[in-house]
Amino acid sequence: MTGAWIPLAAVGTPLLTGIVIFLLADWRVALRTALNLSGAFVKLVLVAVMLRGVANGYDYSVRVAIVPGLDIVLITDALALLFLTLSAGLWALTTIYAVGYLENAPHRSRFFGFFSLCIVATTGIALAGNLFTLFVFYEILTLVTYPLVIHRGTREALAAGRVYLRYTLAGGAVLLFAVAWSHALAGPHDFVAGGYLRELGTDQRLSLTLLFGALIAGFGVKAALFPLHGWLPAAMVAPAPVSALLHAVAVVKAGAFAIIRVVYDVFGVEFAEALGVLGPLAVLSAFTILYGSLRALAQDELKKRLAYSTVSQVSYIVLGVAVLGPLSTIGALVHLVNQGLMKITLFLSAGNLAETLGVHHVHEMNGVGRRMPLTMAAFTIGALGMIGVPPTAGFVTKIYLGTGAAEAGQWWVIVILAASSLLNACYFLPILYSAWFQPQTAPWPHEHGTGFDAKATLLVPVLFSAAFALGVGLFADTPVSPLEWAKLISQREFGYAR
Amino acid sequence: MTTAAWMEALLAAPLAGAVIALISGRRAAALVGVVTAFATAAASIALAFAVSRSGVLRYAVGGWGRPLGIDLYVDGLAAVMVAITGVVGACISVCAAGYFAPKPTHADLPSDKHDRAWLYWPLWLMLWGGMNALYLSADLFNIYVTQELIGLSGIGLIALAGGSAISAALRYLLLALAGSLLYIVGVELLYAGYATLDLQQLRDRIDANPSTFAAAALMTAGLLAKSALFPLHFWLPPAHGHAPVPVSAALSALVIKTGFYLVVRLWLHVLPGLAWAHLATLLGVLGAAAVFWGGVQALMQERLKMMVAYSTVAQVGYLFMLFPVASVPEALPGALLLAASHAAAKAALFMCAGSVLAVYGHDRIRSINGIGTRMPLTAVAFALSGISLIGLPPSGGFAGKWLLISAAFAAGAWWWAAIIVLGGLLSAVYLLRALAFAFLEPPIAGFGRAPWGMEATSLVLAFIAVGLNFAARPLSELLNAGAG
Repeated sequence: MTGAWIPLAAVGTPLLTGIVIFLLADWRVALRTALNLSGAFVKLVLVAVMLRGVANGYDYSVRVAIVPGLDIVLITDALALLFLTLSAGLWALTTIYAVGYLENAPHRSRFFGFFSLCIVATTGIALAGNLFTLFVFYEILTLVTYPLVIHRGTREALAAGRVYLRYTLAGGAVLLFAVAWSHALAGPHDFVAGGYLRELGTDQRLSLTLLFGALIAGFGVKAALFPLHGWLPAAMVAPAPVSALLHAVAVVKAGAFAIIRVVYDVFGVEFAEALGVLGPLAVLSAFTILYGSLRALAQDELKKRLAYSTVSQVSYIVLGVAVLGPLSTIGALVHLVNQGLMKITLFLSAGNLAETLGVHHVHEMNGVGRRMPLTMAAFTIGALGMIGVPPTAGFVTKIYLGTGAAEAGQWWVIVILAASSLLNACYFLPILYSAWFQPQTAPWPHEHGTGFDAKATLLVPVLFSAAFALGVGLFADTPVSPLEWAKLISQREFGYAR
Repeated sequence: MTTAAWMEALLAAPLAGAVIALISGRRAAALVGVVTAFATAAASIALAFAVSRSGVLRYAVGGWGRPLGIDLYVDGLAAVMVAITGVVGACISVCAAGYFAPKPTHADLPSDKHDRAWLYWPLWLMLWGGMNALYLSADLFNIYVTQELIGLSGIGLIALAGGSAISAALRYLLLALAGSLLYIVGVELLYAGYATLDLQQLRDRIDANPSTFAAAALMTAGLLAKSALFPLHFWLPPAHGHAPVPVSAALSALVIKTGFYLVVRLWLHVLPGLAWAHLATLLGVLGAAAVFWGGVQALMQERLKMMVAYSTVAQVGYLFMLFPVASVPEALPGALLLAASHAAAKAALFMCAGSVLAVYGHDRIRSINGIGTRMPLTAVAFALSGISLIGLPPSGGFAGKWLLISAAFAAGAWWWAAIIVLGGLLSAVYLLRALAFAFLEPPIAGFGRAPWGMEATSLVLAFIAVGLNFAARPLSELLNAGAG
């Protein structure tokens, strides 16, 4: 197939960038930044080419045999491109942000090297064409994110790193076992729309149910499903760009994305329903949604509050997957993008507050809207989106999830969505209130500089991501929106006519 | 050159090199050693290519043939082992050239002992020649002789470090003698029964009677002791933990594998007719016990080098989990891939420990803060070889474990898969515990320098361990091309 080099190049570009950056001395700021930005740009161009091709029915799959019968497969179906586009776009934004954020910090080459390798892993996960490939890149993602979690090298960071590894490596071990098991049951098999395990029938109900459980447990660690979410708040000790890109987007989304693949392309959603495993998954994700929100309420540290909010929000995706029907599927898919845009906006704004004013806690935020109006405007867009206020991105998700649940006759899901929105409002609106309507009550903890708002390298990416988070909601009905792409996936790959 | 010529070269080169190194003395021994090492490594790789091209070969040295002459035999399995020894051996030689160079810069080799350091070269080349001869021998008695050669040169090498290494060397000597004794008694029994010690003739003549089984059991027990399979591992950590770094690397990475290889050869090639399912399960259970015992012990070590040594105890366990699932085709390539990546990764880890020891004067895990900043090459080598030992992708350790796990599922024995997976987690715990300290800020100041070549060689070996991820296919092909 001509064009097979494009997915390989999409994996190779950040890999090459990362390797070269590792070899650079820390003080080569300009060269490193140029490399980073050109890598991100090349990646975006490649993704754009593939998007256009895939929309027109083109296929760029590529296959490399590891042992006879076992292949590393990269595919470019519409679902792969959804996740790939998200990661490529946000890589570009976050790179710019990180250059500004880490100015004069030590070990920058190490940081940006691993940062690029994270994108390699995320790209591989997005393009993975079978369970084995997905597993390999999923494990690589664990390995390359660990050095970023412990980047500061403090004892606190190392402790957080230990927690992170405990969860992710244990999850990886379960996965290794589960993937090998799936091969024993059905042989190595590429992802197929509609699933390939359904050929086994429901005779092997017990082993298939256990296999489903093992796969969800393995991928659920990164998706921060309760009770496997404990690493996420701990990992907030990492620098802000890491929290933003990895913990809001790449890592948790890798888990959620993998769960989508397992449900739709390994088991097949109808077969999973027939096995009776979707109900428990829906209940688990619904519980995670409420639990995450409740824990978020109790956090005073801003990043921790956002982290628990992530725990809650990512489970929207899983919930949408677990509820049968096209509308909730579209809701899940579109939330993959929407949550990423909103959460990165929130994390980058929080990073701006910390970097410019030293504000790390919610109680220090009184009057911060007047001091940093643009940052807080972005934060507000993200927060309102999380609550689901129209016309933001979050509103689109909730509409689709809600109508999907109604269509499937699962009314309790709507109750969960409503309760979650209420809780979201409870932990976001007080922040907005004190930031905009309260006067400043105490001096800022560590004010750096007196300029207007944050410095440009920090401010511009935040404004861009906020604009996107608003835009995907405002322009949801246009042909270039993530919503349209999610509809395309649901039609083309999951066989839903609509 | 033909397969036969490469085989002769693989025996002649290291042994001749050992003699020349001994004659040329202190001044030129290292030069002779390194040149010989590269020649031998090249011949190892050439042999692998020759076997994959033209298959199994049996060759009578000097044309004498059996029963009088010495016969050599190479198949895919032997070629793989020779190739592993060749590549890792060459890297170890480069490291040793720096380590044993005049002007001691390392803490564990006292300067008054230093005048004997050049003896490393004849001993090491003899050891290497012994290993090649063991892999290429066609009969059980020659294999006995090569084992003695390996054992004696190994003891000499451990004793080079002096001090506490002497008692470790003596312990190793006792163990090697006991193992050899068990082995040779078994060999005698077989000879009494079948009047031959030739591997192929035995294979054709063997029948399942109690005396054959007793012979095989005795030989196996001897070999298990030499490969340090739990519970016969007690001699390994002190010996490998106290020896000079290039010696630890060679013993842990290469010498241990000879015992494993002989068990494979014996049970899978010579005695496949025996009903040995129970013994296979026992070997697997011992392997599983080794994985956990070695892992737990490694976790409790305070010193990096001792941790690395205990990790070998655990890693040997994985290899022996081959036997219960050996009927599945991908099991043997899996175990060999694990053996190969362990060889590279373990040699790399010993060198990392050696570099740390040289720079800081100690290798206490709790006080290696910031070696990631001070010694980035070593930290990267440590991380990469750790990834392979844990079995995370992409690495040779991962590919090997994957094949073994698949084999376990194919054999309908998922519990072996579960043990392999859990063992990987355990190794992750102790390796990452050590690695995390390397990232701890602020870095502590070092006051020495790593011997030249040590850091670079460890990095090369670590990259080999990771690169072996892609070796599964060529390795299976080589095994099939040269299937005995």
